[in-house]
Amino acid sequence: MDTTNQQILSKRGQPSRFPAMNRKKTKTITLKIIFTLLVGILAFTMIVPFLWMLSASFKISADVLKLPTDWIPNYLNLDNFKVVWNIGDSAPRDYHFALSFYNSLKVSTINMVFGVLTSSLAGYAFAKIRFRGANVVFLLYLSTMMIPSQVTLIPKFVLFDKLDMMGTHLTLILPGIVTITGTFLMRQFFMQIPNELIEAAHIDGAGEFRTWAQIVLPIAKPSMASLAMIVFLWSWNNYLDALVFLRDWRTYTIPVALNNFIDESITEYNLVMAASVSALFPVFIVFLVGQRFFVKGLTAGAVKG
Amino acid sequence: MKISRQLKTDIVGYTFIAPNLIGFLIFTLFPVAFSVVISFTDWDYTQGFNSMTFNWGNNFVEMWKDEWFVASLINTFYFSFAVVPATVFIALVLAVVIDKYVIGKTPVRLAMFMPYISNIVALSIVWVMMYSPYGPITQLVQSLGVENPPKWLGDFNWAMPAIIVMSIWAGVGYCIMIYTSAIQSLPTEQYEAAEIDGASEVQKFFKITIPMLSPTTFFLVITTFIASFQVFGQIMIMTRGGPGTSTSVLVHYVYTTAFSFYRMGYAAAISWILFIVLFIITIIQWQGQKKWVSYT
Repeated sequence: MDTTNQQILSKRGQPSRFPAMNRKKTKTITLKIIFTLLVGILAFTMIVPFLWMLSASFKISADVLKLPTDWIPNYLNLDNFKVVWNIGDSAPRDYHFALSFYNSLKVSTINMVFGVLTSSLAGYAFAKIRFRGANVVFLLYLSTMMIPSQVTLIPKFVLFDKLDMMGTHLTLILPGIVTITGTFLMRQFFMQIPNELIEAAHIDGAGEFRTWAQIVLPIAKPSMASLAMIVFLWSWNNYLDALVFLRDWRTYTIPVALNNFIDESITEYNLVMAASVSALFPVFIVFLVGQRFFVKGLTAGAVKG
Repeated sequence: MKISRQLKTDIVGYTFIAPNLIGFLIFTLFPVAFSVVISFTDWDYTQGFNSMTFNWGNNFVEMWKDEWFVASLINTFYFSFAVVPATVFIALVLAVVIDKYVIGKTPVRLAMFMPYISNIVALSIVWVMMYSPYGPITQLVQSLGVENPPKWLGDFNWAMPAIIVMSIWAGVGYCIMIYTSAIQSLPTEQYEAAEIDGASEVQKFFKITIPMLSPTTFFLVITTFIASFQVFGQIMIMTRGGPGTSTSVLVHYVYTTAFSFYRMGYAAAISWILFIVLFIITIIQWQGQKKWVSYT
């Protein structure tokens, strides 16, 4: 006991020679315990909706509405997931959840890959290539950043309708691969790369494309990873566009599939919850794996170092 | 013919931005311009292009007599002015407390961040259940001694507050994340000086932390305001604007006007009101920042 105490004190630098300081330390530790408890309770209530959802997804229909709520059901019923995913002969009908997962994955991945690619190309040009009109074009980009996407929703609907693209994934993919915010972020990042580095590459005979691909992109990997995660998240959760542009279950992405699912099974809470758990699970996994890139991407525009 | 060096640079530059620029022109600039045109017309989309007739700003005049539009506008304000200050303030306090006093910061932050990365449809579904007569919220209120708790989403007066609470819950994690990364880059000199002067923790919070975080607060107020003005998902799933006009907001009204009634001209006009209001409020905030935002 004594030795550990000693270690803690010596780690903090000052042993008990300063009683006032020790009192302060005790106070801080007490505060820490109180606040940890308080914030811990708050954090717990924040995830209560998720816990309720998870618990309901394993219940049989009758138990979901039982009062008071059984937070931990005494059985683990996987039938809801089997029904939602149409595994075995359990489903009264096929809800096509696997297909909408595939659709979401397809749209989000394409948006992510091409979104990052076009943003980093354009970002590099705006930051490092001194072509005529660059400032004008960039200003045009910035000036549209404030216009909410709902303003362009109706014209896009008309456009896609006239091009006969309504109901196809192109309606989500084509606008999705151009991200103005992404271009802006990549430009900001490339601005920080010293010009000398790029000039050196040019002197060694590399053209702009080679400089971009072999010198600049490797440095930009963390930023690109951050942007990639954000674009994926936006695309995965895009609800309004999917609701307006997609028309039947063959093309539905997760948000619309879920929306459609509740319209059909509004009374079967256990199934709805199993569907919701299924929809959230993949993003949580992606988030946990790429957490640091996520946070970096989200805070990149917000905080000046 | 020999092309000049500058022209070569121009060609390279435009080649680099081409994929982006083409997409921008087709899916942003053209739609924005087209939307302006549409907003000055009467256009029943089911009747095709021929039914598109110019009414020269009549939409912008008529909408003020439209009970649903006025209610949607007021509700959008109601929603934003409740959600934004609450979210930002709660996040500020929590971010500071977590950073300073909490053991096991990361899991706590992650728990609070979970709603932000989640699908709004799934979240809304869960909250519909939470607010149902059989859900935990009603149970909690009952256990506190209220005999007839309101029907939350089914009650004219309670539906919007219910959605506001849910939206604060959903957005607070993002603000905490942003604040946290700002706090971590704060310089420590002022705190050390204050310590020597014997300042209390509360004094330090109000006199140092809040002013030093003011640029972040400003950023968050502006961005969360813009986002909350465009609220749609939770309204669409949880109430569809009801009961009555109680939770109808601008984007939901644009959506139903355009895609349930196919009144494209009117819907486009309302979407521009959305932009104009956002623009004015952002300008006001930008002007107002001089009074309270300190860049050091």
